Amino acid sequence: MEMVDRPYAAAFEAHALRHPEVLCLSADLTSSCEIDGFRDRHPDRFLSLGMAEQNMMSFAGGLGLAGFRPFLHSFGVFLYRRPYDQLVASVAYPRRRVRLMGFLPGITTPGGMTHQAIEDVAVMRTLPNMTVLEAGDATEVESIVAAADSVDGPVYCRILRGSVPRLFETPLRVGEMRELALGTDVLVVTAGIATEEALRARAALDRAGVSVRHLHLTTHKPFDAARIVDHAASVRHGVVTLENHLIAGGLGSQVAEALAEAGLARRLVRLGLQDTYAHGGSRPYLMRYYGLDALALVRAVERLTGQETGIGEEDLSAVRLEAVHSAVKAEAL
Amino acid sequence: MRNEKSTEEIARGIRRRVFEHSIRNNGGYLSQACSAAEQFAFLYNEALTLGPSTRPMVPPPFAGVPSAANPDYVTGAGYNGPAAPEYDRLFIAPAHYALVAYACLIETGRMAPEGLEQFNKDGSSVEMIGAEHSPGMEVHNGTLGIGLSTAAGLAWGRKRKGETGRVCVFMSDGEVQEGQIWEAVQAAVHHRIDNLWALMDVNRQQCDGAMDDVMAVGDIAAKLRAFGAVVAECDAHDIPALREAAATPHEGRPLIVLAHSSPTQGMEFLRRRFPRLHYVRFRSPEERQEMNEAIAAELGIPPVDLGEH
Repeated sequence: MEMVDRPYAAAFEAHALRHPEVLCLSADLTSSCEIDGFRDRHPDRFLSLGMAEQNMMSFAGGLGLAGFRPFLHSFGVFLYRRPYDQLVASVAYPRRRVRLMGFLPGITTPGGMTHQAIEDVAVMRTLPNMTVLEAGDATEVESIVAAADSVDGPVYCRILRGSVPRLFETPLRVGEMRELALGTDVLVVTAGIATEEALRARAALDRAGVSVRHLHLTTHKPFDAARIVDHAASVRHGVVTLENHLIAGGLGSQVAEALAEAGLARRLVRLGLQDTYAHGGSRPYLMRYYGLDALALVRAVERLTGQETGIGEEDLSAVRLEAVHSAVKAEAL
Repeated sequence: MRNEKSTEEIARGIRRRVFEHSIRNNGGYLSQACSAAEQFAFLYNEALTLGPSTRPMVPPPFAGVPSAANPDYVTGAGYNGPAAPEYDRLFIAPAHYALVAYACLIETGRMAPEGLEQFNKDGSSVEMIGAEHSPGMEVHNGTLGIGLSTAAGLAWGRKRKGETGRVCVFMSDGEVQEGQIWEAVQAAVHHRIDNLWALMDVNRQQCDGAMDDVMAVGDIAAKLRAFGAVVAECDAHDIPALREAAATPHEGRPLIVLAHSSPTQGMEFLRRRFPRLHYVRFRSPEERQEMNEAIAAELGIPPVDLGEH
């Protein structure tokens, strides 16, 4: 599998240069958000706002009022926890075309609780006027820039940084999910880095004779509930959601709401952080520890089908991409 | 657009309208009119370069919040004139001064007196805490401390676009208890945003009472100067002094004018309520009548005919 180095950096620079109304804002995490090159090459398009996210959020609202489309770069968690009031009053309510680029979503940071955005999707999707996107591979990181900037209103994006695998060939489009497999036993719905785990699990499940239907979600809001319901109705045993997020308020909740409102009775297993904070550690360790990995997904599928597949860790490591990951530098701050 | 009235007359009119409205409606933001009448009159009649209002004299009813499904949404900014490059923009950061702002719009011919009858009525856009869609408002500021940041962003953007109009924020001193104010000042100074200025009503009052009792903020002027802003201070009720302070040069830096005011200016009867002045209610019909007569006498106007009220 191809690994792409810093896909955001090049994609943002190319997009910004084509659109003079785009501004690059940073809150003291410039190299951490891969915009250091942009800052150095295009200082007149770069605004350093320091460690002051509340001001940055309202300031961006003012820039939006002046006709600019500011891209705010920080770790996802810093774009909503501290400046939530400003996010609502200065950005979401007035539908400013502010693009919130949230790096290190969920447990992709070893920074522990203070750095881990584990309820960002829940918070953002409940805000009226907000669009919520999530990138799951290098192609989506590259295309999320233009996709987000096409929205007439504020957008929050979960961005992957560093060395990112390329899973998809076609760009992310707002509102469109990817149908990755059309099996008939179990529906698996994933987003972001969870999709890569599901791909591993699927390879093993296919060999074990389980027919998986797999959807990759790119747009948490607006959420295509009807399509989810259609797919859920097409499988025998039920639905598993796997998300790099709390199971409350995110993908699992969205699917549950869709099924309930449609009156479609299907069992649902929600994998993700189970009403818990996480601690600091490497991404593979945290995914295993909190049950966000391919093995957890296999076990969930077994619970739904009532049949053990015999798939163990060894079987999954055969399709694991760990070797690729370990070749890249550890997720530093 | 300049009004035919003098700034002093407009200030008197603001106090009178807020007083009459509060007596009729059994309470209101009286002390905000006392402290800020001259400041609003000065902004609208002299300091700001504004075009004529683009909105109906009687504000239309609430027409929905901003959403993709509400394409006809407009803010209340049109009451301050069009958002043309050469015109100034005004944010009223403490939206609790809305009643004072509406009274000023009436006094300056931008809103009909009937508009105030819709104040705080269900279905009206003339809301008690000024909303984006309320007359004279352009952004939500009911959550205190966000106005200066938004104005700094707008001012930076306007400067980048070469617009000559400036951005002004009417602020309150209580807001400086919010950390965001200081983030905003440091950002405006760092980015040399000098088409931004603020007029701060320093009345030393906040919702719970006197600021010194609730949370002392120390020497606001010294703190702002330490952050790099240009600060001018004046008597908020002395219009020539306001003129002089607002004319302070501030190239490369934001200007903040501290207008030291009395929360009972023109209505000294309210001293009896000190320090609970944020929102004055009447505790009995007798008190209401007593206040009606006493303050009317101070303002040199007849008491409000309460009739059936």
